[in-house]
Amino acid sequence: MPFSPKPPVTLPPRPWGLSREHRIRLGGLELVPDLSGALFAPDLKSLLVADLHLEKASNMAKRGVHLPPYDTRATLALLEAVIAHALPERLIFLGDSFHDDDARERMDGADLAKLRKVTEHTETIWITGNHDPRPPSDIGGRIASEVALGDITLRHEPSQLADGKFEIAGHLHPGATVSQRGKRIRCKCLIGNGQRLVMPAFGSFTGALSISSEPFRKIFAANDFHVWMLGDRAIYRFPAKRVS
Amino acid sequence: MNPLPQIFQDWFAGRGWAPRAHQLNVLLHVGRGDSVLLISPTGGGKTLAGFLPSLVELSETHARNGIHTLYVSPLKALAIDIARNLETPVREMSLPISIETRTGDTPHSKRKRQREKPPDILITTPEQISLLIADPGAAHMLCHLKSIILDELHSLVTSKRGVLLSLALARVQSFAPTARRIGLSATVADPEALQSWLAPAGERPVPLVLGNAGAQPNIRILKSVDRVPWSGHSARYSIPEVYEAIGNAKMTLVFVNTRSQAEMVFQALWEANEDHLPIALHHGSLDVGQRRKVENAMAAGKLRAVVCTSTLDLGIDWGEVDLVIHLGAPKGSSRLLQRIGRSNHRLDAPSEALLVPSNRFEVLECEAALQAAKENAQDTEYPAVLKLDVLAQHVLGRACAGPFDADVLFAEVTTAWTYRNLTRADFDTVMDYVATGGYALRSYEKYAKLKRRPDGLWRLTHPLIAQQYRLNMGTIVEAEMLKVRMASVKRRLGKRVVIGGRSLGELEEWFLSQLSIGDTFLFAGEVLRFEGLDEFGALASKAFGQDPMIPSYQGGKFPLSTYLAARVREILGSPQRWCALPAQVREWLAAQARKSVVPKAHQMLVETFPRAEKHYLVCYPFEGRLALQTLGMLLTRRLERWGAKPLGFTASEYALVIWTVSDLSLMISADKLSLAHLFDEDMLGDDLEAWLASSNLMKRTFRNAAIIAGLIERRWPGKEKTGRQVTVNSDLIYDVLRSHQPDHILLRAAWDDAADGLIDVHRLGAMLKRIKGQIVHRALEAVSPLAVPVLLEIARESIYGKAYDALLAEAAGHLTSEAMGLV
Repeated sequence: MPFSPKPPVTLPPRPWGLSREHRIRLGGLELVPDLSGALFAPDLKSLLVADLHLEKASNMAKRGVHLPPYDTRATLALLEAVIAHALPERLIFLGDSFHDDDARERMDGADLAKLRKVTEHTETIWITGNHDPRPPSDIGGRIASEVALGDITLRHEPSQLADGKFEIAGHLHPGATVSQRGKRIRCKCLIGNGQRLVMPAFGSFTGALSISSEPFRKIFAANDFHVWMLGDRAIYRFPAKRVS
Repeated sequence: MNPLPQIFQDWFAGRGWAPRAHQLNVLLHVGRGDSVLLISPTGGGKTLAGFLPSLVELSETHARNGIHTLYVSPLKALAIDIARNLETPVREMSLPISIETRTGDTPHSKRKRQREKPPDILITTPEQISLLIADPGAAHMLCHLKSIILDELHSLVTSKRGVLLSLALARVQSFAPTARRIGLSATVADPEALQSWLAPAGERPVPLVLGNAGAQPNIRILKSVDRVPWSGHSARYSIPEVYEAIGNAKMTLVFVNTRSQAEMVFQALWEANEDHLPIALHHGSLDVGQRRKVENAMAAGKLRAVVCTSTLDLGIDWGEVDLVIHLGAPKGSSRLLQRIGRSNHRLDAPSEALLVPSNRFEVLECEAALQAAKENAQDTEYPAVLKLDVLAQHVLGRACAGPFDADVLFAEVTTAWTYRNLTRADFDTVMDYVATGGYALRSYEKYAKLKRRPDGLWRLTHPLIAQQYRLNMGTIVEAEMLKVRMASVKRRLGKRVVIGGRSLGELEEWFLSQLSIGDTFLFAGEVLRFEGLDEFGALASKAFGQDPMIPSYQGGKFPLSTYLAARVREILGSPQRWCALPAQVREWLAAQARKSVVPKAHQMLVETFPRAEKHYLVCYPFEGRLALQTLGMLLTRRLERWGAKPLGFTASEYALVIWTVSDLSLMISADKLSLAHLFDEDMLGDDLEAWLASSNLMKRTFRNAAIIAGLIERRWPGKEKTGRQVTVNSDLIYDVLRSHQPDHILLRAAWDDAADGLIDVHRLGAMLKRIKGQIVHRALEAVSPLAVPVLLEIARESIYGKAYDALLAEAAGHLTSEAMGLV
């Protein structure tokens, strides 16, 4: 059998689309999860996206690991698709948008132009993260360490929340596992408990950390949260006791 | 004329031996300056035949300047034994010859000393040869090399290990152009391929020396008093008779095909073990220490039986084995002959073997294997060639040894028979991949691993790359394994505390990650209770008085060989040959002839019938599970397109069953479905492509190729512990690469592997060609006798395709029902 590659396709690597079934309520705000891992607040026409980690591959290339240098364009293709579908007026990145301080310098011209086009059309806020404490200032949008969205605070790392406060964070890259018919199905997920939501990482080369690991146990009481798992075709909601 | 010096003749005579004809023949060939391939069954003094020319030469010359002989064996564990066995003649003849071993376990200080003062004979493994030539000091050690002995060549050449070795040898020979190669091999289907493998590309195949064939083995098929099961692979029904056979023999090897089967059989034998016979277990995921213990006990004659997998296929004899039992069909004629050869290492006495079919189709398969073995018919695989991921690894290794010229390296690589058809374009693509990843988006020039300098030579850009190469080289890619340790569970202050103890062995991570605390499973011969994971791996405790859940971890599953498959079809298609089969199998086939039809050898039978509100299609290509699974994937796509509404399929080694909503018999009789069309070869075009695009199979072969080619590293200097977190998940890489650079060299390598292995496209293609115009269809009222076994398999099969979402939806659905109080 000969190897017969098909021409490159510019489709995003992951499916996208706002959920028709799920609405997440947090601090009086209704949020719609997207299959891509983004979160949309229809009332405020705001789209939230966490942990893009742009230029992760080229960062690893510095130490001789030559992963495909297409992660940035794959991530941006997915972002464009989500924006075209949700039509937000405001775009808020929850930190670690750039994998490191030099990421912007390494970005390909075409990718950079794509990103600039996004920020020109949509009001953009870059929340700082541990990977990008100083996001580039020349690609549009403004930079903030936290953003208030109604009663909710958006920040990169989950914090010690006082009663009556709400937050949406990223940073932890949550992933969950559910067992069915002896099979274990693992995927990225949102995790939340009515007071706090942690979003999955959006970037094409970002992985997932199990929600049963230490960082999640610190901020979510056992058996007192839900996850929204990102399948290939739909989002599935499970209570804590059903997942690991 | 006896080419053996007097001192050697005296030594043979002193032991009451005479040198064998093939040993002298090898000597004569070597005397003429030839390389040579020696094919001989085990027990023929094959290893000594390989070493004799070196011993003779070394006894005559006294110049000591570098390694004289390299001995390469695929088994690391054997090195010490080989060295010890070789010491005997050297000592007894007082020959001034130094012999040393070098494996992955050899300490750094010893390697260093070997570099400074090389031994005359170095006993080592294929990977060590690659490491040796990646050393800048390789020329010093190898320039006086006279002989390269390649043991178990038949097993090496079929894998990527052999391909890497062939490249390493091309390099070795650039230091020592006159060094001869002596290949030692068991009997193979195509000796000429091995003879060519040993010779430089373009030259005549090396001459062949054949050892004595030895006595005909005595093979029987168990004639069970109980009924042979319709399906399944446990062969549990036969345990009392197997136990009895063990009791009647001195020492028995019980071969099975998978590790889980080994665990199950071992457990069953112990339950039957009223006489407390010492019976042990040996398979690849057991702890190395435990395996060595079993081997030593065998060698000391302390065991009566060992239940084992292919881990005992190769190697020197560990004891006085006088019976080989094969539980389940052997899947290939050569494999059976190899395993039988493990018993009775004296050539003059016949080996004794007992075949135990675990289901009805396996009765046919055992019968076919028995006849093939009687004719000494071989069905070994053809050597693996031209693996691009392996070449990438070799190129990086070459760079670690020092600056090189690409033209010279290309010329050297293509002297290897395995790369004789390598094009310069592909070679340059590989060079580009090694240097900067080989991406159309040329963004990694500044992070290159290799750079071409003004002098035209390629150089490593950083010495750390050589260090990484040494940690990551090799072609054996295991599934990610986790250590399993015995644990004690205590309660402290009301909290559950698990403390890890001794290591039991390693298991696939995917298997362990399915377990919940409290689940029981069979491993290392015991029923274990899963106690959780810690940073070192999995913890388990003894489960007293509990039944294990079905062990589902795999390992060493071979598909039915093409050759045996053809013989099975022949037996089936010739009723006059059924008399050799047990009565119940004859009755089964006779019933099939009455209710449907028994196909002739060149035909393929397709049956359609309704059952429990579904409609079934069963076909019997007998081409092994992998090819039939691919066929199932492709046929369901086509049936979907033609409106038959397929619901699922299951493949066995022999047959494929697909169930649908639509009435297939009706569709066929109304000309709405043409079987000739359905089974047309064109399914290997767009349908295959479309399926692979959405399948996870390619991701598995891609991961292997990416690891071998060094894209994903297994180990990082000083970072071994964090291991898996250092790299990006290979599935993510695959997705991105496939959509942005589908012609990338690693995707080609992955496709190449999948076509040969997991999806077995080559075999499927040959089969579709074979059955063209030979499809026999029967529309039946109900299931046929021949279809029962594969229908029974349905229950134990998993779900394919878009299963993940279906399962997630189902899990979520159950939950809703629970919440609504519907359950």
